[in-house]
Amino acid sequence: MLSYILKRLAFAIPTLLIVITISFFLMRVAPGGPFDGERQLPPEIEANLEAVYHLDEPLPMQYLRYMNNLVHGDFGPSFKYKDFSVTELIMQGFPVSLEIGGLAIALALLIGLPLGVIAALKRNSAADYFVMSLALGGIAVPNFVIAPIMALVFGVLLGWLPAGGWNGGAWPNLVLPVVALSIQQIAYIARMMRASMIETLGSHFIRTARAKGLNEMQVVMRHALRPAMLPVVSYLGPAIAGIVTGSVVIEQIFGIPGIGRYFVQGALNRDYTLVMGTVVFYGALIVLMNLLVDLLYSVLDPQIRYDD
Amino acid sequence: MKNSVRLMVATLTMTSALATTPALARTLNIGAIGELASFDTSQVSGGTWESDILMDVYEGLVKENPSGKLLPGMATSWETSDDGLTWTFHMRDGAKWSDGTPVTADDFVFGWRHLLNPANASKYAYNLYPIKNAEAVSTGKQPLDALGVASRDNGKTLEVTLNQPTPYFLQLMAHYTAFPQPKHLVEKYGKDWTGMEHIATNGAFHPVQWVSQSRITTEKNPAYYDVSQVALDGVNYFTSEDRNAGISRFRSGQFDVLREYPSNRYQWLKENLPDATHMSPMLGNYYYVFNQRKGEPTADPRVREALNLAIRRDVLAKQIMGGTFLPAYAFVPPGVNNYTRQPLAFKGEPMAERMKRARALMKDAGYGPDHPLTLNLRYNSSDEHKKIAIAVAAMWKPLGVKTQLQQAEATVHYQAIAEGDFNVARAAWIADYDDAENFLSLLSTGAGNNYGAYSSPAFDADMKKAANTADPAAREKLLEHAEAIAMQDNAVAPLLFYVTRNLVNPDLEGWEDNVKDNHPSRWVSFKE
Repeated sequence: MLSYILKRLAFAIPTLLIVITISFFLMRVAPGGPFDGERQLPPEIEANLEAVYHLDEPLPMQYLRYMNNLVHGDFGPSFKYKDFSVTELIMQGFPVSLEIGGLAIALALLIGLPLGVIAALKRNSAADYFVMSLALGGIAVPNFVIAPIMALVFGVLLGWLPAGGWNGGAWPNLVLPVVALSIQQIAYIARMMRASMIETLGSHFIRTARAKGLNEMQVVMRHALRPAMLPVVSYLGPAIAGIVTGSVVIEQIFGIPGIGRYFVQGALNRDYTLVMGTVVFYGALIVLMNLLVDLLYSVLDPQIRYDD
Repeated sequence: MKNSVRLMVATLTMTSALATTPALARTLNIGAIGELASFDTSQVSGGTWESDILMDVYEGLVKENPSGKLLPGMATSWETSDDGLTWTFHMRDGAKWSDGTPVTADDFVFGWRHLLNPANASKYAYNLYPIKNAEAVSTGKQPLDALGVASRDNGKTLEVTLNQPTPYFLQLMAHYTAFPQPKHLVEKYGKDWTGMEHIATNGAFHPVQWVSQSRITTEKNPAYYDVSQVALDGVNYFTSEDRNAGISRFRSGQFDVLREYPSNRYQWLKENLPDATHMSPMLGNYYYVFNQRKGEPTADPRVREALNLAIRRDVLAKQIMGGTFLPAYAFVPPGVNNYTRQPLAFKGEPMAERMKRARALMKDAGYGPDHPLTLNLRYNSSDEHKKIAIAVAAMWKPLGVKTQLQQAEATVHYQAIAEGDFNVARAAWIADYDDAENFLSLLSTGAGNNYGAYSSPAFDADMKKAANTADPAAREKLLEHAEAIAMQDNAVAPLLFYVTRNLVNPDLEGWEDNVKDNHPSRWVSFKE
């Protein structure tokens, strides 16, 4: 097991290297630069800026410089937010995204899994159609529609919850963004759980369990639930990595200081170091989450073993 | 148990936050559309939201009153030499940084050198180019101490030498690029001086907390010389990029001021929040650049005139933009100090005659049904720009012009048009200081922002003469003459003038609409 983990981690290094290299060069190939804007800068000032950020060096040289800094744990300074380094920005924003995203995933599992199971057990009944219509709605309506409506209804019209703001993570400020972020996940998880549960319930070992005379509750809880969760678990790996690294839409609508916006803003501003920092961070998180998912597989499915 | 206690405490906190207590009401909450780049004024990226904060926490030689007029700030009085080249500022006695250190002329000398030091790569260093040797210092051709600024009488007097008499120099002194920097802190902490644990500022407020992408909190600066006249206990600047969400937060009472509400919400806001919805003219223009490089169809003055004639500016301002812009028939916006605008000659002419003349001009230029003119019109992505571009393309259609719209994100758009890769392109300018020169210099030959490469020796000669003229009346005439030339040449197509759009809590006093859209919190208070 341990050697399997070590092997996977060793594989992660070249994977990340490739991701970093491709992102680095793609970013530089994109037209426009960090200092292009509504106001054209005098050439001498642009030259000063390029010299300070080493953009006047040949691209391979810049790449080596970046990799060298990265190895030393330095993501470099942000081109836009001058009072913070990229590391500081990520370290300040990540706990916020993690809290919102973690709660949203927990909520999605708490609601999505039972909904999916119920729909599968009551297949083609009114309950099934109801749950699946809700899920379809949850997937179809994007959160940039849901979130402002929630802010308007609960924040402005009813005045029950703050319409936005972070306020140090006080719970009233968490409710709307967490719910808005989880709706789509609830829908995905419920649909996936339903499909997988239906498939599992049709398999031989379930028939055996039923033949042994177990009641339906025992069949589902003891035998069907674990294998039926496998597709959800494999979905959760990348989904968690995606959600805990923030959602630009939710962050901007509710004014939450997470890191989701840095992907978009960094790219639009051509803030090279910020984009690279978030990509490296996201990449590492994905690799890690996928590893965790694979390990979780062996817990859920006894057929899977990571022996040496 | 623990959770239920937490829940209860949180409920209590929320209830008390919803009830307006007098202590809370003394803090002003402002929703801004962006985040400050840095408290180091040399590192600011130029957003309007940045100057809001910087003008509250720092003070230059002069400051602005609620209507944007200049008042003495760190300098209490000043004189200029007869030739207009030397300015002598007398520093205020008792002015202090928030850590108690006196503010002296040395802090200005230090701050300006810091801004112009090429090693600091300041984007807006060129704002101080009117000062002698500033450009040479900024390019590293001269040492920092060659800059035409000196501290005299133990830091009680600041003497500034200029390249040319610069009538707007005092206006420039209210801009954040001309603010002082705390020499004692920068020397002690280097780049880290802006950290909340070290920073000291000399304005009415000083920053105490910065949660990146969420809020900056400031408190009244007890060391400020006029502290007894500052009503607010502090100001919070919230980052609220989503402007519709900003409206919700304003309506729920989280913000007292929301800057730059979206223009498409104006009608709704005017009807539903009439006391809070502000709109007033502002020093900013919105125009289309004609590419006048050799071989371009718009290099032909007849084509430019025809295109200009066919644009219905009132329709753009009123129907397309719902009254959130003013129609523009000139390049310099209304409200500029000591200036009379020089409009396009056809202003007020009936549309039918304008179209008749435009068709004739197009025919003259060799375009017709067999040989239609195809133009590429570029704009930076935004719903506003898109609507305007579609409308303008429709207005040009009767001339037989086929317009291909091309949108791109801002960085790509401006890079492309700076390289001349367009026929017609959207551009805009928001004034740095209240002077017609700030706009007209965009059309000087070789100017960085002269995207269309318009070049007129007569225009350039007027601008050059104006720059060397100390007499305000004579200078005004020269600038007006220059604008008249540019309009006659159809150098650009002025379309619209910007207006300010703010939501302001009706309980605030000391907050006034003004053309600069600056609203120093120092003057703001809540009605009793």
